[in-house]
Amino acid sequence: MAKFIVDNKTVEADESITLLRACLENDIYIPNLCWLKGMADAPVSCRLCFVEIEGEEQLTSSCKIKVRDDMVVKTDTPAVRRLQKTAFQLLMSAHEINCKVCPANKKCELQKIARFLKTGLKPKNMNSHLKEISADMPPNPSLDLHVNRCVLCGRCIYTCIQKQGQSQITFAKRGIDTIISFYGAPEVLSATCSECLACVSICPVSAITLT
Amino acid sequence: MKETTDANEAALLQDARKRLETFAKERGNLIPILQMVQEKLAYLPSPALAMVAEYLGMTASDVYGVATFYNQFRFQPPGRNPIKVCLGTACYVKGGDIILENFERKLKIREGDTTPDREFSVERVACVGCCALAPVAVAGETLHGHMQPSKVEGLVLRIRMETQKKEKEADEKSNSD
Repeated sequence: MAKFIVDNKTVEADESITLLRACLENDIYIPNLCWLKGMADAPVSCRLCFVEIEGEEQLTSSCKIKVRDDMVVKTDTPAVRRLQKTAFQLLMSAHEINCKVCPANKKCELQKIARFLKTGLKPKNMNSHLKEISADMPPNPSLDLHVNRCVLCGRCIYTCIQKQGQSQITFAKRGIDTIISFYGAPEVLSATCSECLACVSICPVSAITLT
Repeated sequence: MKETTDANEAALLQDARKRLETFAKERGNLIPILQMVQEKLAYLPSPALAMVAEYLGMTASDVYGVATFYNQFRFQPPGRNPIKVCLGTACYVKGGDIILENFERKLKIREGDTTPDREFSVERVACVGCCALAPVAVAGETLHGHMQPSKVEGLVLRIRMETQKKEKEADEKSNSD
């Protein structure tokens, strides 16, 4: 067991777990989207879980570091919040903000994080960058993808591999054009996907829905 | 015409299937395999991706994810007259992006796509090595320097007329034989 301090509160946690998990389990909320309990290695793709650790020059993603004895962690310094807000705004600039018609409304992780960071959903001073789905993408017969809701956290891909052994869903393309996509024969997809639906329930923003 | 292309494609796919056996069934061979398939078919249609996925025991989705990451793989057949618009520094400064937009509008396709009749495809390249002629477009093997928006329409028209003429000649020849 490691004993350390987070926001002036003493926390005890097993040394094998990450700082993010230790905080979350002790009711200290750190915004996060991509990490899931049980992951051997966090993808660090959402860039939201920054914390400040005493003695370290730069802010670190808390999902990537293991807890250790006597570390002093702060989760709400101005520097941390600034980075988190920027990361959040960048995410939102590629997000279709239309909460009224979105099934995730009111249980959406993004709304929760916006409230927590005391920032709006619509990023100021940033253009919206929405994507188009190319025509060569065959649809999944049982699931609908909403690429402009997707925040590219990768939870669905991880969950699919956990449940099916191989992923039916993938990141396609690259850089700013990256999207999640199903690809494959409709028979194969409907055989694996129609019953499982693990990706639908794990998605924090309802980017995958039932048809 | 379409039927012959399809039959031709199926034969090439069969060919590629045979060549697959020369590769070990390892995930690490995915990119060399995709390169081989594209060399045969000139692009990666979805049956080809499914074939590769099956051979390597991966999901089609996984293969697609890897393939779309790389610029060298294309998912649309190249046109018989590939048009490359240069957007290298000199051409860009001289308005290469406007030339590209004109081609896109004239052919009603986006950059990277092929017209439904497979006659034209449009792509952007970074420098073809003759910056003094900027902005430059390459149609097939022919280089067109000092491009202007007004030249785009003429160029497309000329290629269409030449193709028609060739087809007509071929028809006449086969009729007279």
